[in-house]
Amino acid sequence: MSGPILSIRGLEKRFAGIVATNNLSLDVQAGETHALIGPNGAGKTTLIAQLQGELTPDGGAISFDGADITREPAWRRARLGIARSFQITSVFPAFTALQNVALAAQARERHGFRFFKNASADSALTRPAMEALTTIGLDSRADIVAEDLSHGERRQLELAMALAMKPKLLLLDEPMAGMGRQDGQRMTKILAGLKQNYAILLVEHDMDAVFALADRVSVLVAGAVIATGDPAAIRSDSAVKAAYLGHKG
Amino acid sequence: MSPSLFVEQSLNGVQLGVMLFLMAAGLTLVFGIMNLINLAHGSLYMAGAFFAATVFQLTDSFTLAVLVAVPASALVGAFVEWAVLRRFYQRSHLDQVLVTFGLILVFNDVVRMIWGVVPVPLSPPDALSGPVHLFGGVEYPAFRLAILAVGALVALGLYIVVSHTRVGMWIRAGASDRPMASALGVDVELVFSLVFSAGAALAGLAGLMAGPITAVQVGMGEPILILALVVTVIGGIGSIRGAFVAALIIGIGDTFGRVLLPPALGSMVIFMLMAAILAWRPKGLFPVHG
Repeated sequence: MSGPILSIRGLEKRFAGIVATNNLSLDVQAGETHALIGPNGAGKTTLIAQLQGELTPDGGAISFDGADITREPAWRRARLGIARSFQITSVFPAFTALQNVALAAQARERHGFRFFKNASADSALTRPAMEALTTIGLDSRADIVAEDLSHGERRQLELAMALAMKPKLLLLDEPMAGMGRQDGQRMTKILAGLKQNYAILLVEHDMDAVFALADRVSVLVAGAVIATGDPAAIRSDSAVKAAYLGHKG
Repeated sequence: MSPSLFVEQSLNGVQLGVMLFLMAAGLTLVFGIMNLINLAHGSLYMAGAFFAATVFQLTDSFTLAVLVAVPASALVGAFVEWAVLRRFYQRSHLDQVLVTFGLILVFNDVVRMIWGVVPVPLSPPDALSGPVHLFGGVEYPAFRLAILAVGALVALGLYIVVSHTRVGMWIRAGASDRPMASALGVDVELVFSLVFSAGAALAGLAGLMAGPITAVQVGMGEPILILALVVTVIGGIGSIRGAFVAALIIGIGDTFGRVLLPPALGSMVIFMLMAAILAWRPKGLFPVHG
């Protein structure tokens, strides 16, 4: 670990008087899988949206890979290497699986506006797209239109899209949401493979997955981080138990 | 109806359809990607016709008129987008309707100040001024056939750009899900500015082609704008394919409605068509948003 890839300092976000992010500070180290847990309404998705650029914070600073990105638009953050999977599955339903991933693959091209190049025959896009699908185990479904994929497959497709962006940081918002036990375990296995190669900020309710995957865990309550530590320490932290894990026994 | 009249009216319908498509293509993408209602799209149509008429008067060359008027319309569109509309993406549809309606009035008055209220003459190029003899002894104006051909070519070109190129992939992604497209690194605002200018160029092209058939005058953009809005809604907002199919339906429906039915009923045909299609498919024929 060579210093943080993502560093959040004093982040603030309010919606009409409701404090969604309250003086939040957090570091994600390079190569680390950092899980973010907390009760519903703690502001996890709001935080992810500010990191990815969909929302602009009211105060504080976000720096990524050494550069201040607090005010950068979403598309530029994507090109800098931040990829997000959405909480609600968000793929382009009319595109095939391969086309979805190819669209994501163009994000990592830093230069060259080759507007009118034939996209579906462009191996500079389709080759990395196919690689990402293979990594995620979806290569046999490459030519299926996304709306015909199962829910679990769409979540996988989303992940493949994030990978095709060749990101430095993956923001994963509840990748197991809505999955059955089997799909969930399959996704945990896929993520365990990915954590070797990427820094990951993982929001997840499935505690088995969190404790299996995370190097460190932060607990978010009412928009602020109340504890950060390795999974064992978080499990035994009394404040965390009271605020969040308590109801699980 | 005699066969020759039927052929002639069919061609008229298709020709109106391709004109409407040129108008609706820009309108539907702008609405689809940025959720912006642009009533001033008809003003760009008018601008195209006036630019062409002026160049034609100065040079007597229709080709030169096209070469100047189309990029000039794109520039006017880019300027309006940059100076005014960009500030209205996040505003409500009512605000957008008000500001673009205001733009119509501004454009009409600017045109009145520069060119006056009398229609400006614009005649078809000499090579296309006569009739063409079709099968079965049907005669049809060459210029109208040329409009048909240009419209079909542009539709084909748009289809290739939108469905097979990288920028087309961005356009479709932006029209389908804007936050998601941004998350993937697509600069949706840049794409939108390009789409807006291209849409303005197509509206200008439609206007200058309509010039020799109708009249180049103040307010010429409003009737076609209404038809183009109908096309956009029927086709499914954001869908180029939908705009093409709906433009042909409306073009042919409107033409035959006016020929076959009493005048009061004939002008209602497309609206009855719209009501029927929307009752059957509320999001239009080819819905883009899920």
